[in-house]
Amino acid sequence: MDDRVRQELDSTVRLPEPFAGWFASRGWQPRPHQLAMHAQVSAGKSALLIAPTGGGKTLAGFLPSLVELSQGAAGKGLHTLYVSPLRALAVDIARNLEAPVAEMGLPIRIESRTGDTPAHKRQRQKTNPPDILITTPEQVSLLMAQEGAKHYFANLKTIILDELHALAPTKRGCLLALAIARLEKLAPGLKRVGLSATVARPDSLRAWLMPQREADVEDMASFVEARGGADPDIAILSPAEERMPWSGHSAVYALPALYEAIKAAHMALIFTNTRSQAERLFHELWTINEDALPIALHHGSLDVSQRRKVEAAMAAGSLRAVVCTSTLDLGIDWGDVDLVINVGAPKGSSRILQRIGRANHRYDEPSRALLVPANRFEVLECEAARAAAQDGAQDAEGPVELKRDVLAQHILGCAVAGPFHPDELHAEITAAWPYRNLTREDFDQAVDFVSTGGYALKAYERYAKLKSMPDGRLRLAHPRLAQAWRMNAGTIVEAEMIKVRLASQRKSSAGRPLQNWGGKVLGEVEEWFIEQLSAGDTFLFAGQVLRLEAVEELNAYVSRSSATEPMIPSYQGGKFPLSTYLASRVRQMLAEPASWGSLPAQVRDWLNVQRWKSALPRPDEMLVETFPRASKHYLVCYPFDGRLAHQTLGMLLTRRLERAGMKPLGFVCNDYALSVWCVRDLSLAIETGHLSLAQLFDEDMLGDDLDAWLAESMLMKRTFRTCAIIAGLIERRWPGQEKSGRQMTVSADLIYDVLRSHQRDHWLLKAAWDDAASGLIDARRLAQMLARIRGHIIHKPLDAVSPLAVPVMLEIGREPVYGEANDALLAEAARDLESELIGEAMRLV
Amino acid sequence: MMQLCGIELHPCLSGAAWLPAYGALLVADLHLEKGSARAHRGVQLPPYDTRAGLAALDAAITRWKPDRVILLGDSFHDGGGPERMDASDRAMLDAIGARTELTWISGNHDPDLPHDLPGLHARELALGPLTLRHEPTVKAAAEIAGHLHPAAAIVRRGRKVRAKCFVLSPNRLILPAFGAYTGGLDVRHEAFRPLLPGDAFRVVMVGRSSLHVLPGRAVL
Repeated sequence: MDDRVRQELDSTVRLPEPFAGWFASRGWQPRPHQLAMHAQVSAGKSALLIAPTGGGKTLAGFLPSLVELSQGAAGKGLHTLYVSPLRALAVDIARNLEAPVAEMGLPIRIESRTGDTPAHKRQRQKTNPPDILITTPEQVSLLMAQEGAKHYFANLKTIILDELHALAPTKRGCLLALAIARLEKLAPGLKRVGLSATVARPDSLRAWLMPQREADVEDMASFVEARGGADPDIAILSPAEERMPWSGHSAVYALPALYEAIKAAHMALIFTNTRSQAERLFHELWTINEDALPIALHHGSLDVSQRRKVEAAMAAGSLRAVVCTSTLDLGIDWGDVDLVINVGAPKGSSRILQRIGRANHRYDEPSRALLVPANRFEVLECEAARAAAQDGAQDAEGPVELKRDVLAQHILGCAVAGPFHPDELHAEITAAWPYRNLTREDFDQAVDFVSTGGYALKAYERYAKLKSMPDGRLRLAHPRLAQAWRMNAGTIVEAEMIKVRLASQRKSSAGRPLQNWGGKVLGEVEEWFIEQLSAGDTFLFAGQVLRLEAVEELNAYVSRSSATEPMIPSYQGGKFPLSTYLASRVRQMLAEPASWGSLPAQVRDWLNVQRWKSALPRPDEMLVETFPRASKHYLVCYPFDGRLAHQTLGMLLTRRLERAGMKPLGFVCNDYALSVWCVRDLSLAIETGHLSLAQLFDEDMLGDDLDAWLAESMLMKRTFRTCAIIAGLIERRWPGQEKSGRQMTVSADLIYDVLRSHQRDHWLLKAAWDDAASGLIDARRLAQMLARIRGHIIHKPLDAVSPLAVPVMLEIGREPVYGEANDALLAEAARDLESELIGEAMRLV
Repeated sequence: MMQLCGIELHPCLSGAAWLPAYGALLVADLHLEKGSARAHRGVQLPPYDTRAGLAALDAAITRWKPDRVILLGDSFHDGGGPERMDASDRAMLDAIGARTELTWISGNHDPDLPHDLPGLHARELALGPLTLRHEPTVKAAAEIAGHLHPAAAIVRRGRKVRAKCFVLSPNRLILPAFGAYTGGLDVRHEAFRPLLPGDAFRVVMVGRSSLHVLPGRAVL
């Protein structure tokens, strides 16, 4: 029989007293999935619950433990461990759980433990553990390594993992999976309860939860799926009167309609993709807020106290709208939200479903959502997302596997816990789903790395961190290594904001330290953006073309460039690249004019003219257009594979075009397309056979070219630094510590250079390469794309820019503007360029 | 080519200085075995900095064919460095010692180097009018020293560039640090102030492919 358990099967299950009475006294019925979870876990099984927000998911997770504890299991040591990725919520969750426990008069002690928990409380929790401990993944690693862990976890029966869909695709999830593998050893038969939002492949999470003992068979947890409630009611805003923008992400055109929607709602959550979009939208809304509606702002850069104030005001129902970023994607619910507005591209169907789920927690009424596309491509993306949401289709972002830096950290943690035998530890670790395919050879290399650095030159045998014992076990060489490990535990290496500073002409007085130098701060940009640049690259920021000179500590020193167009596009769409799944739906929609019925007329016209002037590719094809414009020659291609992959593709294509003698000058990209411009005539070169598109887009670009680009790129050094910190090769930076950020950054770079020139195949370089390939350079997705389009490239030599190319062409000369004063100038310049391009593209004769 | 108290000297791209009148090649602050220095504390940096430093030194010797190489102190990152050296690195050092005469001037990091290292040992060394020592001294008549790891930053046409550098004043040359894991200290740091009163000095900035002589006043 199928081990999937649908709640319908379990409608006969009843809760014991005092639970049944407690539900009844509030006039509530336990939800079917709550009963189903109770039935599964009480029967000794592990289970994954997938439920939309507002489905009483957290209570469903705790219910089996509460029942057990109410029936005599309480007071016998730690019984249930609850793990959430959100540290700030631990206290709230403990409080929410204490209320029913107190009302039922249950003798159950619930406590929370995070990095902020004072030492005396931790000590007390150690000697006198609560029945239920609410904590974070990092704390689980620390707890499993502490002295007396065997005793501490001896009575542990259940571990509850909340927001599992958000944890499993991260390094934090890998570390937690390893810690759970250790807990299994201390508390055999540990039941695992996973709580998750809807995901594309629940089976991967079901397997993730369970110990994996055999190579070919995946053990899976039972599966309980809550009925999805009512289908969401999703509208796409398309003001008929206004002209739909060709590019940009501000959605200013839609403001009046947006404001009306807020007025009509009780309380609206307005999601944007970036902080700067949120700031901008919040500002614009207040300029038209004639009714002085209480509209607030919530994002990650705001001070915590400010965020708490907004949350409290939401809970109190004193707000009408909150403009926010992904900071409100997860977590507990504040207030009675009845409308979710998503401004800009949805980017992924899982994300949009999660966001829509924030509206209306009366489970059986439909969530109401309004999607607001900011430009024409986003209209297609919104349509694709609406269709996906109605199908309940999710992106396939699965759990990550085999993160080597995390493995190294865990192995040392195991040594901190006590001596281990490599054979046993390998068996224990391969029971964790993300490491089920870890070969013995790879594991031994990890142990070698942990112990002596894993260098071909055996320099550290004498200083090995792990010492062999006569029985074959390995023990920690010195207790102070345990302290260092505790200080470095965890996988979160904060993404830094980098100040963009104009390198100053001003002479500073002698003796001032270097880090105080530099001129005016132009703004702040995410470190990862700067990571993509090499010194000498030009980019647009705050309305001017800047040239990167150097990155020192948390400052990017730039100079004004005389170039009128930047070489490197900057990122304005937001942090999330278009998901593979949504991209394929957009490609599908483009290829099928029959599906355009729901599109606004001006978007249909745009696509029709494109079909007439150039072509619309089939879903498996990639269209390449070449055309001259203003004494340059452009190549525009449409892979629809997200900005990160496109940026990498742009870097690589530029190198190849350079070698082919085409003299490339620069490129820009967005989530949909990439545009490269050259001095030489591309159409001519392709038609005369001097340039082969098949060769240009050949998969072999991922070999030497990528390697060569990476070697010069700061990206690899930064990725290496993160791996080196997690793996414990270099020490984590702590505020106020003597080791300043700059010293550490410099040394990580020097280490990378030396290691790369002397041991290119080092284990940690491999780890960093794997990370970069799936991370910032998105080489994996690029590889899939290149394979997909092989033999399916259609080339259209054109006389002028095509309608489909306009949005990406408009990226040339656009930027997220951090300084208000530059907005007007930029908007003006952009307008001029825009009308010229559109006239050219849409001219029918 | 430059002069210090009438003695001809050539700063090199490698960070060494060549004094043809004495057939002497000078290097400062190799910090050999810096990578392994904290290994006993559990910090195990890639142990390849020693061979990287020695290879650079070997290349400089091939280029200038000196009679003697004078190492201006902090040649090892710490006293235990020579003992930690890998046998292959030690063989490389011995081969260098066989090609040319080495003189190890002691530095604050390596005050008492073992005498089985190839070459001579000294606290200071006189070359004609010049005194060679590790730490620059304020009252020196004419000296060549290391210790401070000088680096400088300049701005030209709005561009900021920072690099290791030689510092040359009327009576003093300070060499940049030669080692693979060594950072730089800015010449505007107060540690330089008593040595470089006013702007009466020049820096020779070590670029990727060439050296750049700049007056002190051009330095940020």
